[in-house]
This record gives sequence, C-alpha cells and structure tokens, in this order.
Amino acid sequence: MDNIIEMQAITKRFGPVIANREVNFSLRQGEVHALLGENGAGKTTLMRILYGLYHPDEGMIFVRQQAVRIHSPKDAIALGIGMVTQHFALVPTLSVAENVVLGFTGSFRLRYAEIEEQVAAAALRFGIDIDPSAIVGNLSVGQRQRVEILKALYRNAKVLILDEPTAVLTPQEVDALFETLRRLQKEGLSVVFITHKLDEVMAITDRVTVLRDGQVIETVETAHTSPSALARMMVGRETFGVSRRSSMEAGAPALQMVGLHALDDQNMPALKNINLTVRHGEILGIAGVGGNGQRELAETLSGVRPPTAGRILVGEHDVTGGSPADFTAAGVGRIPSDRHKGVVGELSVAENLTLERLMEFTKGMTLDRAAMLAYAEDLIAQFQIKARPTDPIRTLSGGNMQKVLLARVLARNPKVVIAPQPTRGLDIGATDYVREQLLAQRKRGAGVLLISEDLDEILALSDRIAVIYEGEIVGLLPAQEATAEQLGLMMAGAVKEEVNDV
Amino acid sequence: MSKAQFIIEKNENPSVGWRLLLPILSLLGTFILTSGLILWGKANPLEAYYYFLIAPLSSRFSLLEVLVSSTPLILTGVAVTFAFSAGYYNIGAEGQLYAGAIAAAGLGLIVGKLPMPLAVTVMLVGGFLAGMAWAWLPAWLKVKWAVDEVVTTLLLNSVMAYIVSALLNGPWRNPESGWPQSPEIAPSAHLPKLVAHSRLNLGFLIAVLAVIVLWFVLTRTPFGLKMRAVGLGKPAARFAGIDVERTMLISALVSGGIAGIAGVCEIAGIQYHLTDAISAGYGYTGIIIATLGALNAWGVGAAALFFGVIDTGAQTVSRSLGVPVYLGEVTQATMLLVTLAMFLLQHYRIRRRTSWTSS
Ligand SMILES: Nc1ncnc2c1ncn2[C@@H]1O[C@H](COP(=O)(O)OP(=O)(O)O)[C@@H](O)[C@H]1O
Ligand SMILES: [Mg+2]
Repeated sequence: MDNIIEMQAITKRFGPVIANREVNFSLRQGEVHALLGENGAGKTTLMRILYGLYHPDEGMIFVRQQAVRIHSPKDAIALGIGMVTQHFALVPTLSVAENVVLGFTGSFRLRYAEIEEQVAAAALRFGIDIDPSAIVGNLSVGQRQRVEILKALYRNAKVLILDEPTAVLTPQEVDALFETLRRLQKEGLSVVFITHKLDEVMAITDRVTVLRDGQVIETVETAHTSPSALARMMVGRETFGVSRRSSMEAGAPALQMVGLHALDDQNMPALKNINLTVRHGEILGIAGVGGNGQRELAETLSGVRPPTAGRILVGEHDVTGGSPADFTAAGVGRIPSDRHKGVVGELSVAENLTLERLMEFTKGMTLDRAAMLAYAEDLIAQFQIKARPTDPIRTLSGGNMQKVLLARVLARNPKVVIAPQPTRGLDIGATDYVREQLLAQRKRGAGVLLISEDLDEILALSDRIAVIYEGEIVGLLPAQEATAEQLGLMMAGAVKEEVNDV
Repeated sequence: MSKAQFIIEKNENPSVGWRLLLPILSLLGTFILTSGLILWGKANPLEAYYYFLIAPLSSRFSLLEVLVSSTPLILTGVAVTFAFSAGYYNIGAEGQLYAGAIAAAGLGLIVGKLPMPLAVTVMLVGGFLAGMAWAWLPAWLKVKWAVDEVVTTLLLNSVMAYIVSALLNGPWRNPESGWPQSPEIAPSAHLPKLVAHSRLNLGFLIAVLAVIVLWFVLTRTPFGLKMRAVGLGKPAARFAGIDVERTMLISALVSGGIAGIAGVCEIAGIQYHLTDAISAGYGYTGIIIATLGALNAWGVGAAALFFGVIDTGAQTVSRSLGVPVYLGEVTQATMLLVTLAMFLLQHYRIRRRTSWTSS
C-alpha cells in the first residue's frame, strides 16, 4: 500500500525538552492509524509539525512521495491535510455553516442560503449530523467537534488528524464518531487518531504507532496486537487501575437538590426539576451525554449559576441563591470542570491554593506570604504536585494543575465534593490519582457528586448512578445493578423514569 | 537545497539583557525616525536630543522641574494601574482628574480660615471623593449591567470638559480679568513647597506615597491579590468565591480618587486656580505609563519619571534651537509610539532557521 504521508527522523526540541526524537511515522492511503501514548509522549507535537503549526528541528516530511516543507496550516491544507485539535478553533458567535466556510469562500459576498446548503450537503455526504444554521456558541463539545471535522473535510482534506477526539465525547458520541471515521475511510481518507485509550485503538484502527517520551516504541498492525501488549509499550510497565472500594453504608444526606431548575447561558431551561440526594460516604455518579445540563448542574451546585426554582441543602443548611463563597463556607468543595477557568494562570501555585481562603493567610492588614508558602509546600508534598509554590500555575501540566485544584478543595475536608469531569484530558497516572482521591473522600465520609461523560469512570467509582438527559434526571440505580447498555439507553433518552430521591 | 529563513516566535520570558536594551533601542529608533524632521527644521538632531534628554537632568532647576512635571503623571499612572490590575479598563482618569481639580478650586475658596495642614487635608479628601464620584457611574454600570467601561469612562471625559468650560465661562469666570479661569484659592490651601524658589511641592511626595501604597496594596494585601486574580482571570476568581463585581467597583472608585488627587495637586500645588488646560492629557498619558510600567508600582513610577524628563525637555528644545514647537511634540509622540512598539516586541524574537530539506 502507498504511504500518503511519511515523516522521517523528526526531532523537535522545546528548550531542554525533546518532544520528538528521530520519529519515523508513516500513514498509508485509506488507513486509520492510531498514535498512542501517555500525556506528554509527543503525539500532539508530531502532528502539529505535520499540520505546519510547529517546525521540526530535524527530519523530513513526504506527502505522496514528494518531499515538502510545511510552513503553516495553510500549506498543510493545500496538501490535503486537516487537523482537529484538542482546543477547537471555532468562532462561537458564528453559525456552523459560517465557521465551516470561514476563510474558504470563493467570492467576497457571503450568500448565506447557498453556504448553508453546501454545508448541509457536505454533512450529509460524510454522514455528520449537524444543523448548519445553529450558532456554534450554543453547541455541545461533541457537536463542536463535528463542526471541526466538517470544516477539515470541506477544505478537501484527504488526511484527517484527530487529536484525542474522544476525550470530550460520551459513549454514544464516540460510536457516532467511529461510524463517521469508517465512512470516511471508505471514501478513501486516511486518518491519524491520537489517543491514550486502548479500547479505542482496538475498535477503530488498522495500525498503531506507540510513542513514549518522544520516541517511537513500535508500529504494529492492530490485528496482531493486544491491549495489554500496547499498554506495556505505552507505559513501559504493567498498568494498575483503581481498585474498587469496599462496600460502605451510606449515611445522612450531605447534599440535597429539591425541585431544582436552572437556565443555560441562552436563558433556555437547562435543569428541570432535579430531585437528588448525595449521602455522606457515597459517590453519586451523574452519567449523561455532554451538553445535557451537566455544566449547569455543576455551576448551580457551586453557587456560580443561580437556580430559577428549587432549593439546595448542604446538610441541614439551605444555601439556595448563595455565592460561591457561601457554598464553600457551607462545606461544599468544588472542583472546576474547566481547569483553565479554575485557576488564574499568571498567579503562583501558592496564590491559587489560598485564593479561596485569603482571610486565613492575613496578618493584620497584610498577606502572610510565609504562611502561604508553607501551606503550599505542605499540599504540594501531600498531593504529589510536581511544582514549586512560586511557579506561575500556567506552567504546570494538566495533571499537576488538576492536583492543585484537588488540593485546594480537599485540604479543607469538605462535606460535599462536586467533581465535574475530574479526569478529562488527564493521562493514566493522573487519572488514577484523581480517582483514588475521590474514593478517599468517600471513605472519609464526604458525599461525592461525580459528574462524568466517561461511562467507565462512572461505573468504576459510583455507588449509585443517576442519568441526566436534556436537563432531567431520567434514571437512578445502584451501581451493582447498572450495566453500560442500560445506562446508554437512558443517556440516549430511550428510557425515562420519574426520579424523586429526596 | 537549504534556504535560510527568518521566523518570528513568541518569547514569553524576555531575558534581562533584552529588557535593559529596550530603552536604548527605543531612543535610537526615535532618533532615527525624527532626525529627518529636525534637520528639516534646520537644527542639529544631536543637539536637539541633548536638550531633550540630557539637559533636563543637568541642572538643579530643570531636575526639580522634571519632578514637577512627573507629579501628575505618577498619580494618573498609579490611578490607571489600580483599575487595570483588577481588569477594569478606566480610560477616564482625565475626567476624574478634572473632577478633583474642580473640587480643589471650589474648596480652595472656602478653606481660607483653616490652618494650612487642615485646609490641605480638606482639599485632598475633597478631590479624592470628587474623582471617586465621577468614576462611580461607569463603574456601577459595569458591575450592574456589564456596560463596557472603556466607552463610558471615555465619554465622560468629554462631558467633564463641558462642565469645566461651563464653570469657567459661568460662575467662575474671573471677575477682574474676565478670563475663563476660576478665582485664586486661599494661600492656606496651597500645597507647601518642598524646595524654596522652585515649583516643587508636597504633591510630589503625595505621588511617591501613592506609588508605595499601590505597591503595598497590590503585593502585600489580600485585597490586592483578589484584584490581580480578578484582573487575570475573572471566571477563576469568581469560582474561588471572590466577589468579582465588588472588587472591580472598589478598584474603579479608588482609581478615580487617585486621579482626583492628581487634579488637586495641579490646582493647589502649581496653578492655584482652575483653567481648562490644567491637564495636558495626563489622564491618557497615565494609561501609557501604566502599560509601560507593566502594572508594577515601581515600573509605573519609573515610566512616569521618564515621561517627566521628555516633557521638560520638550519645553526647552524648541526655545533653545528655534525649531517649531510642534517638533518637540512630534518627537515626544514618536518616542511614545516607538517605546510602545519595543515594549510589545520584547515578547517576540526573530530567529534564523535553516530549513530542513529541499524539494
Ligand atoms: N509549545 C511548547 N513549548 C514547550 N514545551 C512543549 C510545547 N509543546 C509541547 N511541549 C512539551 O513537549 C512534550 C510533548 O508534548 P505533547 O506533544 O503535547 O504530548 P502529547 O500530545 O503526547 O500529550 C511535553 O513534555 C510538553 O511539555
Ligand atoms: Mg496531546
């Protein structure tokens, strides 16, 4: 088979870090090729080089056996290469169709009807389910990803690079994505599929290239390998999952949501009559497809989004309508769903760790810097954060940033822990760490609300599982009785039951 | 085939060398850009620059003048920094300065019976409150209704210009001369001189104090950390339980107050009456100073002093060389632009790269 892409001996340094070290990578015409590796292995870097976002220090790139230089994404697009990055580059105020054609319109004048028609036709052809006239700002993450894919295809991409596309998707959306990929493969497209999830590699890819510490470990045919073999190549050691808890008796209500309603940013109903109780010593998992009210639920329970009706009780304490500070004071520990919006990047680790409780670090009129640093040192040791107290937090990796946020929340022994998407985008090691921390909180007697789009995570951690669909809780069941299939049906809105758990 | 290429990349942490080189490069750039004009004005560019940059620092008198011209710039620079640090883009320091000046011109007429320290205190407090009051409406609109403060504070500057003009052509028109200038304030309301036979007055010390207070608040107090958290990441600050609106409101009001003090210092320290030319755009220059000073108290102080030097130099350069006055202004403006450009450029670097292969 012909190689449509060949990257030879690519080396890329960032200061002292060697992100790619003499990497050889080839993509065959019409294959789905996994780029597998832990966070920091150099997957994104390699593909950003192919897409012209980075320039290699050494090495050569061939596209259809032609040596090429790719200076910018513009060059890459001209060569038929499209990339969907981890952080989408869409204009939220524009429609899907406008985003898709942006920068790729033939004439000066935009003929909206025509554009929408074209985009709708393209969507149909590639089997991508999206409304061309929808405003991107209102779309869920999964839907935005479809817009990005469509954007690349609309630009006649023959090679599609997907950087951890499933990190933000729910099981059903993953299925839909795989469906799309198979269809694209039939149309003759070649796909680079970056991931650190083994089941996905097994499910969709033809070949796998494993990267570790910037180096290629091996390229193998998917059919001739196994998940455990891949895992060994990826981490260089045997992997350990989180071991499931001992069963515990759940205690008194820690957090109660009574008839809770809330609106989304567009003032449309996002939460409808939520009646749930999180008990001390249990993890209540909220499963659901992204964009069904999870974000609004987490924000409402953090005091960031005021509910329009209903009550929120922490223990006996009514905190409805309180500020984030009131929620914290009542004993709610809130892990932000978007790490980058939970920390102030320019401020130091110590400052971020103490931001919620500055009054405790004040001596007279002034900040007690020494106490802040000592406190940060403690938490850094306790939570195994790889950073110094004075480092600006933007310089930390995702996993370490998440640890800072965990430390900030858990250090005060909250009665309730709200954990929306706590492991999104983290590597295996950091993910295990976060999950263990959540289990430790449960063991300590906290009530944990785990909101996750990762069904495996929900099943592995929860005592009880509630399913959210279009802002309603459509099912609630003990984890032992739950199966992925059953939850999947509920998440898709196929099965609904009245849930009143107060 | 290999081909050399130049690429521009972002440089997040400019080296110390770069930072030190920056002012020198700015001067050089300005010199090159303006020499032509100066030559055209039939003057020697080197000589012109001597008057611009060296002369102000070379005599006792002009050195004191540098401090005098720096005073309002330090204060507006501090005022703007206070607001910007909390992510509130106060473009209205100019109007707030005039609000303080009006208060000082008015209070100065009625505090004549008070002893000097008390009179001066009344003036300063009054000016602070006036600047604060003038800053209140846009700040309130911002935190209550998310109305863009850049627009409202800027618009209020023009409104203030009309108020000043109405006052000076109405109730405050000087009864003797008929000029649009307010009556002289009482002698006990004058800011005491720091050095006899000079214009240097208590205002400069107040400005220095403002820098110290700014430094203290921003780096040493919980409120300062909250301000910076709000300025650097509103969602995260809100999530951490900081009352974002309250923090912005307070910062905006204090900012207005400090700008008001700048107005008081001009009235009570230099002019002793209100005219419509109290400020030579100090409120706007304060924005540039705050930016150049990177919202750091000492940086802001240093930038303001630098501007004081070129302000003083600009006054003498045309007088001494007989070049048109506007050349001084053009040079000053050019230096501003070049310095700003350099300031931005330090965050980039140009690198030569030999490409990796041929085609
Ligand atoms: N722009 C950059 N500047 C500095 N270091 C970077 C940059 N991009 C990536 N790196 C570093 O290169 C290594 C590989 O990163 P990346 O390609 O993002 O890994 P992956 O996508 O496999 O998680 C990491 O150590 C990362 O910190
Ligand atoms: Mg990556």
